[in-house]
Amino acid sequence: MDNSVSSQDSIVSVRNLSFSRGNKKIFDDISLDFQRGKITAIMGPSGTGKTTLLKLIGGQLFPENGSITVDGEDVHKLRRTELYELRKRLGMLFQSGALLTDMNVFDNVAFPLREHTHLPESMIRSLVLMKLQAVGLRGARTLMPNELSGGMARRVALARAIALDPMMILYDEPFTGQDPISMGVLVHLIKSLNNILGLTSIIVSHDVHDTSAIADYIYVLSGGKIVGQGTPQEIQQSDSEWVQQFMTGAADGPVHFHYPAKDYVDDLMSTGKRY
Amino acid sequence: MIQIIQNLGKSTRTSFTKLGRATYFLFQTISGTFGILLRPRLLLNQLYSVGVLSFLIITISGLFVGMVLGLQGYYTLSDFGAEETLGVMVAASLVRELGPVVSALLFAGRAGSALTAEIGLMKATEQLSGMEMMAVDPIKRIITPRFLAGLISMPLLAGLFSAVGIVGGQIIGSGLLGVDQGVYWSQMQASIDFHDDIINGVIKSIVFGFVASWIALFEGYDAIPTSEGVSRATTRTVVNSAFSILGLDFILTALMFGDN
Ligand SMILES: Nc1ncnc2c1ncn2[C@@H]1O[C@H](COP(=O)(O)OP(=O)(O)OP(=O)(O)O)[C@@H](O)[C@H]1O
Ligand SMILES: [Mg+2]
Repeated sequence: MDNSVSSQDSIVSVRNLSFSRGNKKIFDDISLDFQRGKITAIMGPSGTGKTTLLKLIGGQLFPENGSITVDGEDVHKLRRTELYELRKRLGMLFQSGALLTDMNVFDNVAFPLREHTHLPESMIRSLVLMKLQAVGLRGARTLMPNELSGGMARRVALARAIALDPMMILYDEPFTGQDPISMGVLVHLIKSLNNILGLTSIIVSHDVHDTSAIADYIYVLSGGKIVGQGTPQEIQQSDSEWVQQFMTGAADGPVHFHYPAKDYVDDLMSTGKRY
Repeated sequence: MIQIIQNLGKSTRTSFTKLGRATYFLFQTISGTFGILLRPRLLLNQLYSVGVLSFLIITISGLFVGMVLGLQGYYTLSDFGAEETLGVMVAASLVRELGPVVSALLFAGRAGSALTAEIGLMKATEQLSGMEMMAVDPIKRIITPRFLAGLISMPLLAGLFSAVGIVGGQIIGSGLLGVDQGVYWSQMQASIDFHDDIINGVIKSIVFGFVASWIALFEGYDAIPTSEGVSRATTRTVVNSAFSILGLDFILTALMFGDN
């Protein structure tokens, strides 16, 4: 394992992490570091466990082995109240958005502010409108979540994730479902949040092109292991077959497009079986 | 044979672990009470959707049950020439038994199933884990106010049910069948005891409200987060609530009215 990255200035460090779902090993002894103030991307084929990794970092899942330190605290050794204090400093953008369906857009973005601060409503209003303006949805404040498109819902969720001005944001697939225009705005937004406010970002993405454009460092995960890491340039020039396949999107290579299965021809020929 | 015993052991173990989870869930729910009392708005919203929205079904059912009691009671009592005690019979059946039990069953069907579906869907759409990541405890923020609302509404709904039922009995008894109106009310007033009948009925309905809300919320929270899982959980809420309400009713009746 390349340990050139020192864990000194890293805000999140994952050490020797193993995690399984049933009999399936999702992570097999991996270690990663996320630098403070940088944008780090996690890439990898669908179903490798990128979302799972974010949930482990957020303390929603427990590792079988290994540890995860966030801002100097071992997430899985914290007491409940301490974990909640830590989470107030994290923003997480869920892959599904996870908006509260019984509230409109405005109240969704105001939710963390109302829960955790005692700000007057007028102040909350200004803050919410600022966050909504940043994601281009100030005009949609009275819509209910079921009236939003998938891409809009994700932008509202992003506005909510930055409502409390967290020190770090975990983005699960922020670009999926965005048209080129809002994609450009989002890329710019994530970048400027990082550079101007100095927060740290962890981005899970499939989108090789856009991620390379904003990430400072990239980890490529596959089959429970880290198959490549480095700056976008290093990754693009990497001679690792895994990484090359992922970057070029070839269906054949060390990463399999198919979920593990027996031989295709055999499978088709074995008639008489139900599944 | 071994297989049967193994299966029995396995299902006993799963139901015990479920009971354990449910108990832990209940403690967490109750421990959120203080926080909710500081934010009465959350409770008021839930009182509206859990309690007020059950008004109509409770009122209509109470009216019909009272009317049926009026009819049936009159035919039975008039065989003994005792139709002037119709008021007592209607009121005692309602206050002691039918009010708490039937309104609790209706509550489980109307409000309980809705609660399970709501919580289950919130879980399936990651709203609950989203809240956790925003450092908001979903049990304290979502479950506790609903639980308290169920606990408060149930005795009120049972009271409403009994009151409407008594009026229904009177409409049939004196309006249709000719029992003297004054006798209907005065006999009732003389024979229904505040402590033995009314308080015991209220205690029953508090217990039923507690159990029905607990089951509904836990089933939603524990549901498998898929559409099928939520639909099964909703069914379990109605079935388990009905069993628990009827079983507890027997036990409570035996304890309360056993020695009269
Ligand atoms: N609740 C669960 N129970 C069992 N297995 C699960 C569960 N959630 C996820 N998995 C499994 O864990 C693996 C990793 O899932 P995860 O959602 O982390 O993938 P991902 O990398 O985020 O994929 P995608 O890019 O498609 O979102 C998958 O193979 C999935 O089958
Ligand atoms: Mg994912």
